[in-house]
Amino acid sequence: MNNLIDLEKKINSELGTKINSTKIKHNQIYVEIDKEDLIDVTLFFKTNKNTKFRQLIDITVVDYPEQTQRFKVVYLFLSHEFNQRVIISYSITENEVIPSLTSIFPSANWMEREVFDMYGVNFKDHPDLRRILTDYGFEGHPLRKDFPLTGHTEVRYNEDQKKVISEPVKLEQNYRNFDYESPWEGTKYIKELKENNDKKN
Amino acid sequence: MTKKIKNLNLNFGPQHPAAHGVLRLILELDGEVVEKADPHIGLLHRGTEKLIENKTYMQAVPYFDRLDYVAPMNQEHAFALAIEKILDIDVPIRAQFIRVMFCEIGRILSHILNITTQALDVGALTPSLWGFEERETLMTFYERASGSRLHANYFRAGGVHQDLPAGLEKDISKFCETFPKIINDLENLLTDNRIFKQRNVDIGIVTKEDALDYSFSGVMIRGSGVPWDLRKSQPYDCYEQLEFKIPVGKNGDCYDRYLCRIEEMKESVSIIKQCLAKMEKGPVKTFDGKITPPSKKEIKKSMEALIHHFKLFTEGYRVPEDEIYTAVEAPKGEFGVYLISDGSNKPYKCKIRAPGFSHLQSMDYLIKGHMLADVPAVLGSLDIVFGEVDR
Repeated sequence: MNNLIDLEKKINSELGTKINSTKIKHNQIYVEIDKEDLIDVTLFFKTNKNTKFRQLIDITVVDYPEQTQRFKVVYLFLSHEFNQRVIISYSITENEVIPSLTSIFPSANWMEREVFDMYGVNFKDHPDLRRILTDYGFEGHPLRKDFPLTGHTEVRYNEDQKKVISEPVKLEQNYRNFDYESPWEGTKYIKELKENNDKKN
Repeated sequence: MTKKIKNLNLNFGPQHPAAHGVLRLILELDGEVVEKADPHIGLLHRGTEKLIENKTYMQAVPYFDRLDYVAPMNQEHAFALAIEKILDIDVPIRAQFIRVMFCEIGRILSHILNITTQALDVGALTPSLWGFEERETLMTFYERASGSRLHANYFRAGGVHQDLPAGLEKDISKFCETFPKIINDLENLLTDNRIFKQRNVDIGIVTKEDALDYSFSGVMIRGSGVPWDLRKSQPYDCYEQLEFKIPVGKNGDCYDRYLCRIEEMKESVSIIKQCLAKMEKGPVKTFDGKITPPSKKEIKKSMEALIHHFKLFTEGYRVPEDEIYTAVEAPKGEFGVYLISDGSNKPYKCKIRAPGFSHLQSMDYLIKGHMLADVPAVLGSLDIVFGEVDR
């Protein structure tokens, strides 16, 4: 399809019920679907001769902790032939398992591993779902909004044990998180918050 | 008598000079033939995306320098473009030329490093000595414009931080005259070199189809014969006004990728020259006072300017709610920023799409069936920098 409006029409007529909504913005087309339709929609985008989105650019997740459908999974595709980009997304709850795209795009492998590592979203039929960016033996999912910026553990070399050990994080200096929305509240001092929580527990 | 043969597992890196940083590669060897490669990454993971979510838009820029640290400004460019598109602001033409010029300088910086270290990996020492001298000159240009050799923090949404200092344009154009000779020298050393060719020709071949399936971009996809360059196909800033060619490879092997990089450097020199010729005096930042800090002179005179200055450097500017993906043609391939803003002064989400990440993941596919000695050659031609792979 040579322009985005034609493409939008085409998607809506060919895929019909599988598409929840489409919108054109910033010269890109944003498509919202359901989790179950991911494989069908992706295959259509990849193989149809009028779309030819042959390349998976990236997979990522956006975390909205206050919503019941906490995670929004986002897929970015590129069509070299028609010089277009499409952004496909759907929302899931925290413990949902989502389909893997590795059978369609081999490059999805690491991207899904990264999503698993950073957000703890599980993929069905992924050949090798391991952590990728974080340390061996790491716990937690750092890009979730409820994961603290300072992390939970820190590592150091222990002279007695002659090895690198990891222990709960100790903040020598306060990290100041200014709230600009209402400047009268002052700043939140993470160290104090943490110490108060520790006292409570 | 039957002999039991077991495959050998070899740990390549993370402290191997040819691992280009902190790659840990677990190789399964059958004799000298690689059966399987499993890259372990993340040893340089700093949580850039998490940090950016906790910083204002202006404070987030330096993190982009630290991704692909051999071509810092190219990354800043993607972030600046994303914010500009959401805010819908125009960039003055001089700022566009400055940005494009420094992006091309970044491309040369990155390609020199890659070509010469690839040569180093396969046994040639001299190119790196010659190349690094030129990199030093280019980094001096970075320093004169931005104040630092590597982590420039120069691009802003709406332009660049400050205008070029006096005399810099002249020195850059002088460099453009002398540099083609250096490229020729490098080519004399490498292009027809018997050993260099033996180590690179027909090694790590990528077909067109596989290049698409494995999400390759930049030189990796052009080396396989796909004429795709975001500077041409989805032009940003002033690339539309410039003339340049896109070198494309034929065989998709390491040698073709090397040739593409050499040609790209020549094109970059021509782009820089065109930028210098077309650049006219003028503003280098957008006039929108809510985004651009006021000049020092104004702060001394006007109360309002002082307030704006204070607000911009404490609270920062707010970006309306939106969702956007912008990509630039970084030296290594398509570098993209997927930005979600929520109307506050900090990005809600900033996913960084690094080209090296998808290139490195194809290591297993590229190296399977090759000899152990080909691992550094293939790795070198992938152009991996761990700052961006690990983020």
